[in-house]
Amino acid sequence: MELLSGGDILIRALSDAKVKHLWGYPGGAALHIYDAIFRQDNLSHILMRHEQAAVHAADAYSRATGEVGAALVTSGPGATNAITGIATAYMDSIPLVVISAQVPQEKIGEDAFQEIDMIGISRPTVKHSYMVKRPEDIAETIAKAFYIASTGRPGPVVVDIPKDVTDPNNKVAYKYPEKVKLRSYQPTTRGHSGQIKRAVNLLMSAKRPVIYSGGGVVLGNASEQLRALARRLNYPVTNTLMGLGAFPGTDRQFVGMLGMHGTFEANTAMHHADVILAVGARFDDRVTNATDRFCPSAKIIHIDIDPSSIAKTVRADIPIVGPCDVVLSDMLDQIQQGDLQTDESAIGEWWQQIDEWRARHGIYTASRYEPSTGDNIKPQDVIKTLHKVTKGEAYVSSDVGQHQMFAAQYYLFDKPRQWLNSGGLGTMGFGLPAAMGAQMAHPDATVVCVTGEGSIQMCIQELAACTQHQLPVKIIILNNQALGMVKQWQDMQYGSRYSHVLYEDSLPDFVKLAEAYGHVGMKVTRYDELESRMEECFAMKDRVVIMDISVDHHEHVYPMHVAPGSMRDMWLSKTERT
Amino acid sequence: MKRLISVLLENEPGSLSRVVGLFSQRGYNIDSLSVAPTEDKTLSRLTLTTVGDDHKIEQITKQLNKLIDVVKVIDLSEGAHIERELMLLKVKAGGAARAEIKRCVDIFRGQIVDVGPTVYVVQIMGESAKLDAFIEALGDAVILEVVRTGVCGLMRGEKSLKI
Repeated sequence: MELLSGGDILIRALSDAKVKHLWGYPGGAALHIYDAIFRQDNLSHILMRHEQAAVHAADAYSRATGEVGAALVTSGPGATNAITGIATAYMDSIPLVVISAQVPQEKIGEDAFQEIDMIGISRPTVKHSYMVKRPEDIAETIAKAFYIASTGRPGPVVVDIPKDVTDPNNKVAYKYPEKVKLRSYQPTTRGHSGQIKRAVNLLMSAKRPVIYSGGGVVLGNASEQLRALARRLNYPVTNTLMGLGAFPGTDRQFVGMLGMHGTFEANTAMHHADVILAVGARFDDRVTNATDRFCPSAKIIHIDIDPSSIAKTVRADIPIVGPCDVVLSDMLDQIQQGDLQTDESAIGEWWQQIDEWRARHGIYTASRYEPSTGDNIKPQDVIKTLHKVTKGEAYVSSDVGQHQMFAAQYYLFDKPRQWLNSGGLGTMGFGLPAAMGAQMAHPDATVVCVTGEGSIQMCIQELAACTQHQLPVKIIILNNQALGMVKQWQDMQYGSRYSHVLYEDSLPDFVKLAEAYGHVGMKVTRYDELESRMEECFAMKDRVVIMDISVDHHEHVYPMHVAPGSMRDMWLSKTERT
Repeated sequence: MKRLISVLLENEPGSLSRVVGLFSQRGYNIDSLSVAPTEDKTLSRLTLTTVGDDHKIEQITKQLNKLIDVVKVIDLSEGAHIERELMLLKVKAGGAARAEIKRCVDIFRGQIVDVGPTVYVVQIMGESAKLDAFIEALGDAVILEVVRTGVCGLMRGEKSLKI
């Protein structure tokens, strides 16, 4: 049997786990591993400029492909820098394996140089973690890490490897396990058939149903099954922020995103629903508003792979634990085989009601903002123009804030995995490295980072990594010269006292900044130039382009839930309330 | 309501910290905790007492089950079960108090496991409430130290928590 060092075993095992790209940053404790990387060409390493960005990129690579992302960081500060990235992936259930180097075992506990207890510090942000103590254990641990990360409810797994374990002078036999089995971890593979039957009966009897679909449908590759079921039933579908694209944004049955900044029609329909089919969604506080006033007349069917997501914040009448794709197709099979029929006249009336809500206050059918004029560009119009110019086909990443909500509301995502954003943790700085991850996964696709002048500065150093690795992402800055979402809350709840949301003329010149990194910078201040400049931007296929677009400083994101309240309690504009 | 939760856990480094961490991370209380390896050295058995309504306990058991190192979880308080806790107590035992403490220990079916000229070390075993009652019953006696193991428990009858 072939003898290899721990460093070589690690890289070989990552290749055997089908890793093509490893995002990382070297350092002392990781030197043996980096030497092993140098001496092989099975997987490519992408040198980033900060460990947080390395993990975000690996995370977004996974979001855009469904494969497990992989990142490598050194001990100490490398490990702590990675934490924000790991926590981001954890909150959004993204399958990820993060390798952190550790000081040699003999030094552990001595406060050695660049020592940090990575297993301890990462514990609340991981699905699981391992410290590897012998080179003989590396391959099996990597196999387990990938198995755990990618099955059940996915999530990040940390593998911490002390430097002595990768010692080039200590060679042991290499064998990658063909199968992984853990007696303490057996994810559910099917839904309970009795529960599914009950759910189907309830669903068919509904008079005012809503299908509420979340990130689990994207992660569980259940979009096709969701579409088939929704079409068969002709029921309205709403997606969470994490679920956008699972059901086509341009479909007639789509009533928009729900929640804090959801559409009037989605939130109002939820409130009045008699049956809610929640699938791969977790009744997050940004969706439900006050849980004691949540959808008072609804019976709730809740499908989720993770039992702890069911009845956590909102009681479920029919809980079904299982993978979304399998459960949805079982439901559809029962409906087809039994030739079951919905209450068509009630559903017809329900649609009439929804269409009336749509026409009255919808964000697509009615206008929720004053249109752009001259040098006053509305952020919403930027996203609409982006959708038009990219034909709705781009991979869109975002950071966190108003721009994120505008992108979620106005870029109508038709496909799952097209929309990459930090929904759970809400991590500013995610957008640019996420776009890089998606671009690496889909080299020929158009990849856009929709960001703000605040968020982009949180991982802006990655502009250099874009150059080095030829990742021609496009960066659209909705520049309102303020931390817009915080400012919006200060407007609404703090008497417009703008505490630390303004930059006092300290904003960089983004055009020059782009040029300093060898990229193209564009500044747009007039609405009549917006579309043509954007066409120009996206025509530069092989260049990174930053479009710094000056948008209206005063714009707020609407609708917005009135809190605490029910789903239907919303601000529709600065002056108008439901 | 007080609940007794029993967990079968992989006997791996760090697995206890994952359980304890889960409780602090999600804002659950641990009133007592006892843990040790079982007859199968690869497994540990952990028993903890906590307080919460049904909804909270349901979440706790679900979240515990979600930990990769957790093999099985059961809420012992749901059914007939036996619970025991051991307490060692060092108490001043001089003069008139000496005989009175001895009587008290006998009533509680405890044992005096160490005797000094002025102190006793007393061992009491039973349900937590009995241990509390013993402390109460000591009245004016001067307690120097108390150490309790935390509760451990088993289901009555033939059902058992096994792989």
